Amino acid sequence: MIIAEIPKEEYIKKCTSACAGCSSSLTLRYVLKAAGPDTVLVVPACCTSVIQGIYPNTAMNVPVYNVAFAAAAACASGMSEAFSGMGRKTHVIVYAGDGGTLDIGIQSMSGAFERGTDFLYICYDNEAYGNTGMQRSGATPLGAKTTTTPTGKTVEKKDIDAIAAAHHLEYMATACSAYPLDIYKKVAKALTFRGPTFIHILAPCPPGWRYPTEKTIEIGKLAVKSGMWVLYEREHGKLTISPPSKAAMKKPIPLEDYLTPQGRFAGINPQSLETLKQHLTANLKKLAVEEAEP
Amino acid sequence: MKKIATGNKAIAEAVKQALPNVVAAYPITPQTEIVETIADYVTSGQMKSRYIPVESEHSAMAACIGASITGVRTFTATSAHGLLYMHEMTNWAAGARLPIVMANVNRSLGPGWNIWAEHTDAMQERDTGWLQVYVSTVQEAYDTTLMAFRIAEHNDVLLPVMVNLDGFSLSHIMQPLDTVEPGDFIPPIHLPHAIDTKNPTGYGGLTGPDQHFRFRWEIEHSMRDAVKVIAATEKDFAERFGRSYGPTENYRCEDADVVLIAMGTFGKEAEVAIDILREEGIKAGSMRLRWFRPFPNLDIAGKEVVVIDRDYSFGYGGIVAHEIMAKNQCEVYSVIAGLGGQEVTYDDMAAFVRTRRMGEEFWFGVSGHV
Repeated sequence: MIIAEIPKEEYIKKCTSACAGCSSSLTLRYVLKAAGPDTVLVVPACCTSVIQGIYPNTAMNVPVYNVAFAAAAACASGMSEAFSGMGRKTHVIVYAGDGGTLDIGIQSMSGAFERGTDFLYICYDNEAYGNTGMQRSGATPLGAKTTTTPTGKTVEKKDIDAIAAAHHLEYMATACSAYPLDIYKKVAKALTFRGPTFIHILAPCPPGWRYPTEKTIEIGKLAVKSGMWVLYEREHGKLTISPPSKAAMKKPIPLEDYLTPQGRFAGINPQSLETLKQHLTANLKKLAVEEAEP
Repeated sequence: MKKIATGNKAIAEAVKQALPNVVAAYPITPQTEIVETIADYVTSGQMKSRYIPVESEHSAMAACIGASITGVRTFTATSAHGLLYMHEMTNWAAGARLPIVMANVNRSLGPGWNIWAEHTDAMQERDTGWLQVYVSTVQEAYDTTLMAFRIAEHNDVLLPVMVNLDGFSLSHIMQPLDTVEPGDFIPPIHLPHAIDTKNPTGYGGLTGPDQHFRFRWEIEHSMRDAVKVIAATEKDFAERFGRSYGPTENYRCEDADVVLIAMGTFGKEAEVAIDILREEGIKAGSMRLRWFRPFPNLDIAGKEVVVIDRDYSFGYGGIVAHEIMAKNQCEVYSVIAGLGGQEVTYDDMAAFVRTRRMGEEFWFGVSGHV
């Protein structure tokens, strides 16, 4: 499949109130193209609550159910069961930020995974509470400055993928906004499974990460090329590293190439930088071994 | 069909007949028997509903919200801490105009752990936009649950309804229960704003001050319309099945000089106290407050009023007493009794009336008047 084969239909109109260079709305565009019109989005408090526009207007061309911060996955459980009871095949997709997934929403997400809700949970990860002005979340990486970690975060990013994997999902994946075809394919694939599926998508944020808006794709690519973010799928537990990361893992670019263009990592202390590098190397090795010897 | 049942079983029986499409619930004492019974009905095929075993009460209400917005009938049950844990979502359910029906088994709040009856849990949901009704017998728990679905789903209401029953003193006691065949008493649900993927709509997104204000006003408008819907529903219920209730249940009030007002099982027990007082020549009556939201107009002009509150607002007073005072510009004798399941007999209630000191507050069994 090539990018020109992605359907032309748009489910997110050109009138959102997203920031310039917003990669999460770009991500959502491809998510919805893959899902098609018989889809309901469940959105907890996050940037996507805002980018739809102000009532009575909406930029969205699928039904969007906005719900309280901690409630998205549970709301999706109710919706999915109701649709299934009516014999409807409507896709129920949670589209939640990292705060709504790794922090306040983790309980309801875990509950919905455990009880086998038929839905797709997408976490778009801009590594902080973007909607409220960039406070640290459980997804903020070590060393990154946010408004509540003004000298850089002193602890590491929570491994939500390992937590999701512990629920033995039939399908889960990672993706990045800079690779829309990869997003499209993974969402389309996830929606072929019955039961819970999970996709964790890195979504760089120009105002939050402090880089110029026109670099939003470039930053996403640098995340993958440096190995700081790895694209993969896990189908019935079997790991397959996606082509862009496969290429990157052969010879990752220096981590500094990814960190330096971002204001949030300016002045990162050498110890944090060294820890990031060590963990990046260890993670790539671990994934390569797992893929080779499942 | 005549049988014997607990308050909890009576609720489960009514829910089975109302047949919600989705039930989402989390266990909590003393409510658990309701959801256990429903889970058994669903598992054994007696009830064709989807039962979602959620991981918390917050998620129970969230799942009901998600199901309800697709246009189907929903039910959950909770108590005390569970109710408070879902508080964010109870507000959401009312604001989203979803006709969810919930049984709340009234129980006290910790600390310390006390699992017995008290109304403070539901009182903390007072301003959420839920209709609230307090029942006093097993039969009434059953009848009211059937009515709750019809009232909530009526298109002039479209607000959630909470059926309250006292923990243990009603949830776990056995009384006769006469079940009915509801037939078309509860019409099929029609939610005008149900999700339709062919006509995509946004729900609950960013809303400016003017529109938000209007939505709040519409909730109050429907709450007022609910008074008529409740009356019509209760009238139809009485015509079909022979049992009538009303916003209050009045006992020997017509010629009474003093009226004893209470909710739930205390409100029923008060009738025995009234008979004792009448034998002593005291012209007393009782008024059991059944519907708390919408709050009914009370016929108490010119009468002395004694209110038993099984709840309290610290720094203010008994909640029911103060609501009655505010609505009726009257003076009451405010009795605080029964918190945490404290035993209050009809003899105690008769004594409250006999020794009333209008305008004062009395904490039963503690230290007298405040």
